Amino acid sequence: MPALSSGPTVVFEQVGKRYGDAAAIDGVSLSIAGGTFVALVGASGSGKSTLLKTVNRLVTPDHGRVLLDGCDVAGEPAPALRRRIGYVFQDVGLFPHLSVAENIALPLRLAGTPDAARAAAMLDLVGLPPTVATRMPAELSGGQRQRVGVARALVTRPGLLLMDEPFGALDPVTRESLAGAVKRLHDELALTTIMVTHDMTEALLLAERAIVMAGGQVAADEPPAALLRGEGGSAAQALVAVPRGQAARLAALST
Amino acid sequence: MNEAFARVPALAAQHLLLAMAALALALVIGVPVAIRAARAPRLAGTVLGFASLVQTIPSLALLALFYPVLLWIGHGVPALGFLPALLALTLYALLPIVRNIVTGLRGLDPAVLEAADGIGMTRAQKLRLVELPLVLPIAMAGVRTAAVWTIGAATLSTTVGQPSLGDLIFAGLQTQAWTLVIAGCVGAAGLALGVDLLLGAAERAAGERRWKRAGAALLLLGLAVAAASVPLWRSGGERRIVVGAKNFSEQYILARLIGDRLSRAGYAVTYRDGLGSAVAFGAVAGGEVDVYVDYAGTLWTAEMHRSDTPPRADQLSAIADWVQKSRGVTLLGALGFENAYAFAMRGDDAQRRGIATLDDLVRVAPQLRFGADLEFLDRPEWAAIRRGYPLRFANATPYAPTFMYRALESRRADVISAFSSDGRIAADRLTVLGDPRHAIPGYDAIVLVAPSRREDARFRDALRPLIGRIPVAAMREANYRVDRDRDKQSPEAAARWLAARVGL
Repeated sequence: MPALSSGPTVVFEQVGKRYGDAAAIDGVSLSIAGGTFVALVGASGSGKSTLLKTVNRLVTPDHGRVLLDGCDVAGEPAPALRRRIGYVFQDVGLFPHLSVAENIALPLRLAGTPDAARAAAMLDLVGLPPTVATRMPAELSGGQRQRVGVARALVTRPGLLLMDEPFGALDPVTRESLAGAVKRLHDELALTTIMVTHDMTEALLLAERAIVMAGGQVAADEPPAALLRGEGGSAAQALVAVPRGQAARLAALST
Repeated sequence: MNEAFARVPALAAQHLLLAMAALALALVIGVPVAIRAARAPRLAGTVLGFASLVQTIPSLALLALFYPVLLWIGHGVPALGFLPALLALTLYALLPIVRNIVTGLRGLDPAVLEAADGIGMTRAQKLRLVELPLVLPIAMAGVRTAAVWTIGAATLSTTVGQPSLGDLIFAGLQTQAWTLVIAGCVGAAGLALGVDLLLGAAERAAGERRWKRAGAALLLLGLAVAAASVPLWRSGGERRIVVGAKNFSEQYILARLIGDRLSRAGYAVTYRDGLGSAVAFGAVAGGEVDVYVDYAGTLWTAEMHRSDTPPRADQLSAIADWVQKSRGVTLLGALGFENAYAFAMRGDDAQRRGIATLDDLVRVAPQLRFGADLEFLDRPEWAAIRRGYPLRFANATPYAPTFMYRALESRRADVISAFSSDGRIAADRLTVLGDPRHAIPGYDAIVLVAPSRREDARFRDALRPLIGRIPVAAMREANYRVDRDRDKQSPEAAARWLAARVGL
């Protein structure tokens, strides 16, 4: 574990949230060490997105609490909390009336520390050429847009990065390349990263720890290697079986 | 032609000022309301429902409705002129502004709003940095619609005594002076196009994020409005005398006759033409109008709610007492002629059917079609006449006065509620039916003076020579000069002719 200035530890204590009669998350308790890359895996409706959003308070839990480095996230105004947390999601949500450079620089403006050079450097960090800075979001490809989304999320040097299906809408090649870039940034910036995905392959390849959710509860919580060894129970193994079967079929094709 | 267009700039300035003031007020009210409403679906339903309801009220009625409301509020709040016109037009402009902003805000991409929350924007920052910029184009489209509607509807402000390009249109329609109508319409259309062009340029420039160009377009509009308001700053000194006129030729002529005499006595005079009949008396009582001509029977029935028909002299002194005691208005005197409701038929038709009086009419009425002026069928006089004569017509259709005569001429109507001082009665060889039962009260033309002018001797002396001076034949001739189809005269020219005719 990186000891110096790594991202915050994230602790969920009995966190629950209901929508009407259905429990989206049902008393989840977890502890995520600072600097870890964690994947929240599960089928649609398993509660993984809802759980992620309790961290930056886009979702307010009905009970339980979430702690960052021991401090309750509910203890300060939501905007102040969110400015210390990078947030990337599938639809990206670039501001269509602002250029790429303005989109990336906006969190710095909100913090009252505008820094054009920092915003420009972020482009390089996420692997985009400087020429895209003046373009409008509508002129970008899907992969470029999500790279800008990552740049915007990290421009204020947050210690914690939350990602909700960040690569879900991308083609496989772009997805692979962007996933690699994110993993590299996670390591270089010593981030605590929590990524929600329904894709077990992505979770196994990127994360140090895969938390499998089902019915609003944690079904398994194992390192990728353990899952591949067959540990973690039936719900987790059902998800692991998909890439394993695909790998076996691909191997059979090449012989 | 040139005379008509010469009046356009001054009226266009007032018109623009009124419409833009209403638009600005609608923005000040509409934007915050729309933002609140976009976040609360129930409020949005109420607000949009109310705004749509306002749109279903004919704009003419909406303007007229503010008059009694403001009158009821009282306490020196002016019930006529700029204020009621402003309020009505503001209500009118609200719908497109509110609807577009609410629709725009509701239609924003949820991902963009999630991102705004996600990077830690406060509610105010989200509104300022994301929601308003994104909603600007559709909001501007609503503002442009509102601007064009408001400029169009502002022509109707004439009826509540606020000068606008509608002055030309209403006067032109009444006297069939089509150049006036065209001048008014062209002026209003030009204003609407110009304002829409500037707002459109601002909208496009904002869409392309060329803020200087957008600012320049809005600045140009601001300068135009500022220029339009220049005459208002100048006239700060001496208060002008306002001569009122209802919406028909005789009123326009008499207003000019009065105005000419007051100008010669050294007063600065302006005219409030086209006042609704119900509005005019309130205007003189409230001091928005200093002097105008009304008719004894109108006040007798509509204001005093009397249904008896005493001799004309008794009626006049009763009215003089009543207006003085109840509203402080001075009845300066009668001009010398009557403009009574007079049932008229085509001369040959009346002769053939053997009809000379209303009594004769009762017998054949079920086979005849009745053409009335716009307000007659709802007036107490009509009820009084029917108490005296049980008239049942085959049908009754209201017309604007000019078209009422046309309807009679073209046989779409067989009997009309003519006016006894109308020049067309003689010109069209109409037969006026007698009133043997005295069901119709006297309609002497009377000069009414506002309370504030009661002690003004110079003012009264200037008008006194008019009293008892105008015989009905002279008035009919003057009216006909304005109303006839060929060789039409303006009310100003007819007023000069009338003055010469009666030796003033």
